[in-house]
Amino acid sequence: MSAAPGAAAVTARFRTGDRVKVRWADGPGHIRTPWYIRGHTGVIERLCGVYANPEELAYARSGLPAQPLYRVRFTQAQVWPDYTGSRADTIDIEIYQHWLESA
Amino acid sequence: MHEHDGRTHGHPDPHPGARPDADDTLTYYQVMEIAVRELLIEKGVLSADAVRREVEKMDARSPAQGARVVARAWTDPAFKAKLLALGNDALVDLGLERGPYKLVVVENMTDVHNVVVCTLCSCYPRWLLGLPPDWYKSRNYRSRTVREPRAVLREFGLELCEDITVRVHDSTAEMRYLVLPARPAGTEGWSQDQLSAIVTRDCMIGVAVPKANS
Repeated sequence: MSAAPGAAAVTARFRTGDRVKVRWADGPGHIRTPWYIRGHTGVIERLCGVYANPEELAYARSGLPAQPLYRVRFTQAQVWPDYTGSRADTIDIEIYQHWLESA
Repeated sequence: MHEHDGRTHGHPDPHPGARPDADDTLTYYQVMEIAVRELLIEKGVLSADAVRREVEKMDARSPAQGARVVARAWTDPAFKAKLLALGNDALVDLGLERGPYKLVVVENMTDVHNVVVCTLCSCYPRWLLGLPPDWYKSRNYRSRTVREPRAVLREFGLELCEDITVRVHDSTAEMRYLVLPARPAGTEGWSQDQLSAIVTRDCMIGVAVPKANS
């Protein structure tokens, strides 16, 4: 859910082109970070905006402060070691900032 | 007891080959939906007619809306630039709904092909294209499109050579995606209506490409 204008938001730590690693973590509830991408390294494609945290919203909390949401681009051949397509093929995934660390 | 051709017969009397009713066994979530809907109506939050109107409105949305957007982008460079930068604003310019989610438009080029999937559920730009096809929601499509997109595309009849980079977009959160296909050769001078007629739903998900002779 898009955060209301003026609502508290976490400052965006990453910029387009930054290398980031998806945290290898687990937790209960409505997590939007797919299993298959945890622990993998990619590059920030763009900042999408700031959004209330869905993991909190699922429990009827405010989801604030809002989390920056990024599109992160991964190389298929790195995500899937047995990938048979072009080495240039990619997968872009939307990931919230609290799931990312600098790489 | 019911009647066929004026004759009456009693049950049990299975009609050979009859398809089972889709709603004869309710799932947990179907029961929950009915319970919540009835409560909201009883408490006056919604009316049955308002619910019906929304269902009718959703069923009236169709890929033809998206095809209009694509045809316009093919013929109007300024519109295309806006569509790629601020997708929702561009929809409003065509008199379409802005939509509840941010629209990200990804452009196919001679050396790049885009395809959209939602591995977690079935996220789809419904306000623009209507309801997604059943296969888009299948576990097969959702799990394999991220893992072996070229094999999935081949099954849809789309063979891509190695020189073309495949970009998969996993629609996991707040964005909704529209593939802007490449305008095929042989469509020079076509009207907007002619162009939009070859832009199908599957072209805008990215499992097919428009053809001048389709």
